[in-house]
Amino acid sequence: MDDALQELGDIIAAQLPQDIIDFVVDRGELTVNAAAPSIARVLTHLRDDPQCQFTALMDVCGADYPEREKRFDVVYHLLSVKQNRRVRVKVQTDEDTPVPSVVSVFNSANWFEREAWDLYGVFFSNHPDLRRILTDYGFDGHPLRKDFPLTGYVEVRYDDEQGRVVYEPVNLTQEFRSFDFMSPWEGMTRGVLPGDEKATTDEDAGDQAGEGA
Amino acid sequence: MVDGATKPGDVEIKNLNLNFGPQHPAAHGVLRLVLEMDGEVVERADPHIGLLHRGTEKLIEYKTYLQAVPYFDRLDYVAPMNQEHAFALAVERLLGLEVPARGQAIRVLYAEIGRILNHILNITTFALDVGAMTPFLWGFEEREKLMEFYERVSGARLHAAYFRPGGVHQDLPPGLADDILAWTETYPKVIADIETLLNDNRIFKQRTVDIGKFNVEEALDWGFSGPMIRGSGAAWDLRKSQPYDGYENYDFDIPVGTNGDCYDRYMVRMEEMRQSLRIMRQAIETMPDGPVKADDKKITPPKRGEMKQSMEALIHHFKLYTEGYHVPAGEVYAAVEAPKGEFGVYVVSDGSNKPYRCKIRAPGFAFMQATDYLSKGHLLADVVAIVGSMDIVFGEVDR
Repeated sequence: MDDALQELGDIIAAQLPQDIIDFVVDRGELTVNAAAPSIARVLTHLRDDPQCQFTALMDVCGADYPEREKRFDVVYHLLSVKQNRRVRVKVQTDEDTPVPSVVSVFNSANWFEREAWDLYGVFFSNHPDLRRILTDYGFDGHPLRKDFPLTGYVEVRYDDEQGRVVYEPVNLTQEFRSFDFMSPWEGMTRGVLPGDEKATTDEDAGDQAGEGA
Repeated sequence: MVDGATKPGDVEIKNLNLNFGPQHPAAHGVLRLVLEMDGEVVERADPHIGLLHRGTEKLIEYKTYLQAVPYFDRLDYVAPMNQEHAFALAVERLLGLEVPARGQAIRVLYAEIGRILNHILNITTFALDVGAMTPFLWGFEEREKLMEFYERVSGARLHAAYFRPGGVHQDLPPGLADDILAWTETYPKVIADIETLLNDNRIFKQRTVDIGKFNVEEALDWGFSGPMIRGSGAAWDLRKSQPYDGYENYDFDIPVGTNGDCYDRYMVRMEEMRQSLRIMRQAIETMPDGPVKADDKKITPPKRGEMKQSMEALIHHFKLYTEGYHVPAGEVYAAVEAPKGEFGVYVVSDGSNKPYRCKIRAPGFAFMQATDYLSKGHLLADVVAIVGSMDIVFGEVDR
């Protein structure tokens, strides 16, 4: 399984040398990292090439990594019904750089891109109808970003006097609690805890890193 | 509307914007459909979704892997365990965990119960939408029995939280398998009864045949899956093509349609229920003995009895229910053949005890966005049939 995917990755990388940055085969899944400006070309190729035949785009989603320079991933999951396999294509972008829309390649991308725009604020250029989709009418912000608080900023209630639903700043009766779960419990934490470096020799540290990978 | 000069006597007709839902019995929940009508013909349909958006994906990022499980019940609340299944598979793939054979068989059994639960709801409410009341009454009686099976195994009719990473929560209570087996013998009668009401029903066929037609290429382009693509003739079923939890060991057929219209999708779902019964019978008859969850003390909680005796088990229990378990860094996309279609979960782990990102790929979301494409040029009443045959549940579309 992994060999076939490795082979497919090699083929894709050879066919699109300018557009593909690299690819990884992990846990039986092929992930192709592509350059954001050429995503439409990559997906068109994956759809039309007789060796790929990824004729269905099952999912597009965003992911946020604020510590990176290009903080957003846009992840495309493609499925080939004929060859019965999947591929994941990832591109990176930041808040200001638009990613070309792939609605012209796959109709199914339309709402998935709207969702990524709504939840992450990833802008898709040439999208036919880039409106918010899941959040409220007139919502402000992009809720799935890591710097957006879990509780949000506003809450709604029905106001009897005004006879309508009103928005108010969110009021927490109990402060939001986030626990630090890094613990020295055996086998649970892969990272090095403060003080642990004294206990392990260099050899042990190497072994641990191998396990965690 | 009319090009050129209007003559006296000409009536100017303007397109009418019609708000369908969000409070309409045929809107299947909270669909708000803005329809641009030319007379009674739909020019454009603009579904407004998100009225049931609860931020599930955001919430999951702040919960441990075990605490995330119940959120999946609340997505497609019509077939809760099928959603949990996808999440459990994703986490198990990240952990590299094997589920014991009995656990797998119980999961298959309950996934098929979920499929029948879903298809009963869809077929009967679809029939209700196009004017048939009785199937709804007959079907829901059976649905209640199935939810009783849910309750007996998990304690809850709907929000079961029963499929967990590593297996299932508890073994089947004594006698339950026999009762389910007995039910599979009586249920075909109900399917046959519903079929006598609908299959050759003139009104039902007038409302569904040749309505909302599409072919396999269109279906793939729109990212369809499940009965939506099988109704058009593609024998694509993840249980066969990418089997999980031992589906490859069961003998069942994939029903396909020929025409790709609402009627074919109804027929496919009817036959799928019969196939599900076959799988359920096989699952019960071939169910091996043994544990129902993986034997990894760092991931699955210890037995209650052990906790009374063993200090180590007690510590494990405490840690698993507070800190949870840490999942190795990586990303997986696990998809199951949920009753509605491909339900996928894309989990990114950063090595901590909470998912870094959990994207839920709901089949209904892909169906819903094709509403405009499918209903263009149809009559208003056909939109109801099309939405009904898509099998939309807003819990999973809005997330």
